[in-house]
Amino acid sequence: MGTTGLPTNITQGSRTKGGIGESTLRPDGTLKVTGEFAYSSDMWHEDMLWGQILRSTVAHAEIVSIDTGEALATPGVYAVMTYDDLPTDVRNYGLEIQDTPVLAHGKVRHHGEPVAIVAADHPETARRAAAKIKVEYRELPVITDEASATAPDAILVHDNRTDHHIGHVPHPNIVHRQPIIRGDVAKARERADVIVEGEYVFGMQDQAFLGPESGLAVPAEDGGVDLYVATQWLHSDLRQIAPVLGLPEDKVRMTLAGVGGAFGGREDLSMQIHACLLALRTGKPVKIVYNRFESFFGHVHRHPAKLHYEHGATKDGRLTHLKARIVLDGGAYASASPAVVGNASSLGAGPYVIEDVDIEAVALYTNNPPCGAMRGFGAVQACFAYEAQMDKLAARLGMDPVEFRRINAMSQGTALPTGQVVDSPAPVAELLRRVKAMPMPPEQQWLAAGEAADVRELPGGLSNTTHGEGVVRGVGYAVGIKNVGFSEGFDDYSTARVRMEVVGGEPVATVHTAMAEVGQGGITVHAQIARTELGVTQVTINPADTRVGSAGSTSASRQTYVTGGAVKNACELVREKVLELGRRKFGTYHPAWATAELLLESGKVVTDAGEVLADLVDVLGDEAVEVEEEWRHRPTEPFDLRTGQGFGHVQYSFAAHRAVVEVDTELGLVKVVELACAQDVGKALNPLSVLGQIQGGTTQGLGIAVMEEIIVDPKTAKVRNPSFTDYLIPTILDTPTIPVDVLELADEHAPYGLRGVGEAPTLSSTPAVLAAIRAATGLELNRTPVRPEHLTGTA
Amino acid sequence: MDEPGPPHTIWLDRNHSETTETKKRAGQMDFLRPASWEEALAAKAEHPTAVPIAGGTDVMVEINFDHRRPEYLLDLNRVGDLYEWEVGEETVRLGASVPYTRIMEHLRPELPGLALASHTVASPQIRNRGGVGGNLGTASPAGDAHPALLAAGARVEVESVRGSRLIPIDDFYTGVKRNALAPDELIRAVHIDRADGPQQYSKVGTRNAMVIAVCAFGLALHPATRTVRTGIGSAAPTPVRAKAAEEFLNAALDEGGFWDNGRIITPSVAKQFAELCSAACNPIDDVRGTASYRRHAVGVMARRTLMWTWESYRGDAARTEGVA
Repeated sequence: MGTTGLPTNITQGSRTKGGIGESTLRPDGTLKVTGEFAYSSDMWHEDMLWGQILRSTVAHAEIVSIDTGEALATPGVYAVMTYDDLPTDVRNYGLEIQDTPVLAHGKVRHHGEPVAIVAADHPETARRAAAKIKVEYRELPVITDEASATAPDAILVHDNRTDHHIGHVPHPNIVHRQPIIRGDVAKARERADVIVEGEYVFGMQDQAFLGPESGLAVPAEDGGVDLYVATQWLHSDLRQIAPVLGLPEDKVRMTLAGVGGAFGGREDLSMQIHACLLALRTGKPVKIVYNRFESFFGHVHRHPAKLHYEHGATKDGRLTHLKARIVLDGGAYASASPAVVGNASSLGAGPYVIEDVDIEAVALYTNNPPCGAMRGFGAVQACFAYEAQMDKLAARLGMDPVEFRRINAMSQGTALPTGQVVDSPAPVAELLRRVKAMPMPPEQQWLAAGEAADVRELPGGLSNTTHGEGVVRGVGYAVGIKNVGFSEGFDDYSTARVRMEVVGGEPVATVHTAMAEVGQGGITVHAQIARTELGVTQVTINPADTRVGSAGSTSASRQTYVTGGAVKNACELVREKVLELGRRKFGTYHPAWATAELLLESGKVVTDAGEVLADLVDVLGDEAVEVEEEWRHRPTEPFDLRTGQGFGHVQYSFAAHRAVVEVDTELGLVKVVELACAQDVGKALNPLSVLGQIQGGTTQGLGIAVMEEIIVDPKTAKVRNPSFTDYLIPTILDTPTIPVDVLELADEHAPYGLRGVGEAPTLSSTPAVLAAIRAATGLELNRTPVRPEHLTGTA
Repeated sequence: MDEPGPPHTIWLDRNHSETTETKKRAGQMDFLRPASWEEALAAKAEHPTAVPIAGGTDVMVEINFDHRRPEYLLDLNRVGDLYEWEVGEETVRLGASVPYTRIMEHLRPELPGLALASHTVASPQIRNRGGVGGNLGTASPAGDAHPALLAAGARVEVESVRGSRLIPIDDFYTGVKRNALAPDELIRAVHIDRADGPQQYSKVGTRNAMVIAVCAFGLALHPATRTVRTGIGSAAPTPVRAKAAEEFLNAALDEGGFWDNGRIITPSVAKQFAELCSAACNPIDDVRGTASYRRHAVGVMARRTLMWTWESYRGDAARTEGVA
């Protein structure tokens, strides 16, 4: 491979129609399964150097001195850079608040913060040179929770904040605070026959994408730089990178490299600026690849949370009120914390009708690892708490937990605690009914194979800890609500460029967007949309880069909705132009050109009655028709800072789960036998991809239920398990059968009626598993993940 | 692909012309590749700091994380003898590099405890590479093979240019990640008596596959000598036996004539055995689990494996009687 190994144009041809609603196959699927797909870490460039980051060994300290002399003198080293070497006055970056130093300046605020960067001709040389940089720290006390963050004498994690949240937060160590207040909780409480309170703890989950952070920066002759990187939003990266480099945005040309998963962990910058700085400093291409250890420090995690919930209900099972306080630990830098607070608070009541609500959510600045976006984004933590509350209430009232939820389920037309009336289908009760109606997996299925117990079907699996002793089955239910798209007044648009021309005697559509394909299947869907709208079979999806306008982030379950919407819109505009061309060329031959509704189908212009008017090949001739256009969904508005009222979210997405677990009650080990899911997707553009999203989200929710947690030492704020040896994610043996029931109730506001799919299943999976474990053990279990010691009284 | 490889790879070519200083700078190691056991012993004698590597499933992790950077790696992959095993009348001589997969597939009747332990080692890919020699060389308390070797009463065959010796497994583990090997010695094989009774192995991890042990327990009944032996992993600074538990159970079984009458072991005996096994632990709190949980879980595993092995023994005894 003598070139940079960049992704090439992917031509998707199909003899079938391959439009929306079909399970067309991913163009990158076979390559990924056979190990041939070029991920960002596979890139190589002649003469390239390897970049290495030196990270802080302590969580909170003043930097007394940095001595790079020995590292610089190391043969093979081309550059060593610290804060003092940054080329401009813009030395911080951040998604919303620019509080994150490119390299530490005078102080480090969390374990693993970048302090210096090195470029060398071999990765090992770079690593060894980085290790020779002498950093003297003067350690400071660590801020690790709400008490230490808001203590009267607390050190401020960030001095002199100037961001737009500082005016309304009660303490400078609180990033953002959002109350949601509706009705009168004090009064409603008087109507309650039962009141249930709970204090819940949600652990720090890692995205654990399998392709670690990596990219290649190539300096260009014009003084600019070409950056090939795995990310979730090219233009957001660009906006943050260019000012630090002192370059106009058009001189930082970004191309998406092969992304090995994201789940929110690539919304923030990682190695992008570092690689560019080293490339511009040395005049050579620079590649940076984190290893797994570094990756745990190289991206934000899911906010750990403490949630206090109080619900009331009447004897007949109707919710009276909710009072909740959600404390999210944002760690050392803001990242997406403000938006996560917005979600946790506005969705904190769950998919239920509750008239009287008082919710407060805050995110803290601490010296723990920075936390930000991860699949489910604030709604996950809240769902864990409110679903536990629903079970407690049902138990107190002696009601079936599904029936209790059904009675209180919201539906289309319900006003949420933000005052927003949900104006598209919200089939919460129906989803619960469907998961409950699914057949149950057989009892004691470890005995199904024959006489001896099949340990793979038992808690502990191949570790052979039980042959059925101590094993108790439990069943639990949960349902959740997630917003789709960027919220709170954000200008959430996508751009698509669509071109249509004749290539090799066939009409071909080319779709060019900056959408980051991170595994969600957007490239498949874009081709399907182009086939549907333009009647072609051949669609070329161009590599995502910054030569086309922004496609927004691949997050918030938004890409099919928003960039899919932009592709659809651009295709419609192209179609109009093509028809105009046809009218000019052939209009006089047939009256239908002027009078009928015309469509493009199977390479032809046809009337809505199915009469063929012309071949697209003849209509187009030598001409190419191209459109680039931005597309927006309905605008949203910010939540009122005092009351949280507002049309904050553009769309909502719902999923319900039933979990069936077997718990070894003596050893505290859990086998999740089945996680049945029902979800409304509005319209399944690619049913196979929809299934994949639901199964993946469900599994990621299972992970945080029973095993996944970044453990931070409360005394030092240092990460204790930054490896896949001790940060466990589910293996295939831990992954249960996941029967999926998909509803398609169209949202009339969305393209094709679709509803964002990717996140909702991550919400309800976790509380369903917890509910099932509670049912099996009778334990209260107010924290997730559940560890064996919590189930055996040995914590 | 002609790319130079991911970060932290090591240079594999030996280059004598380079100075030690240059070598150190690039993090270079000498890679010794003996073609025979004799050459391996000679190399180890010449370079006692050399770290032997066979499957590499442990050593490479240490190197990749830069937890260790030995001056010499001693590659044993060309020493074919280490990949062989012999099943004798009484004893299996298991080459140090025989992969766990082979033990699972070929030695289950002879070494049931070790075969069960082998099945819990990491993933299929790792089981295809790793062998018992690596577990013994590293001597980590979390090594999956140790409890089974302790319960079976294995002997470790080690050798140097000075000669060969058999180290009883009870004397092998000398401290946290330390063993009884002299600097010039290499592990050649493990001698394990063919099972004369049921053996069991259990391991607790917080995932249902591919997991490092939170704690582990091995139990072997030895009807020929009318004894039981145990092994505990990850619950003390070294792999240990629960000797007091063994003595208690040996006495209880002897006293009640259990070996002959094949009676069901009473719950109180099983409970006391379990408690004594818990008491044999000296665990710590760490990210994988609490000390209190480890003690508790070892007790549960001890009780269950005792029931499984004893039921199996009684079943065998009943069948034998039936034939007679």
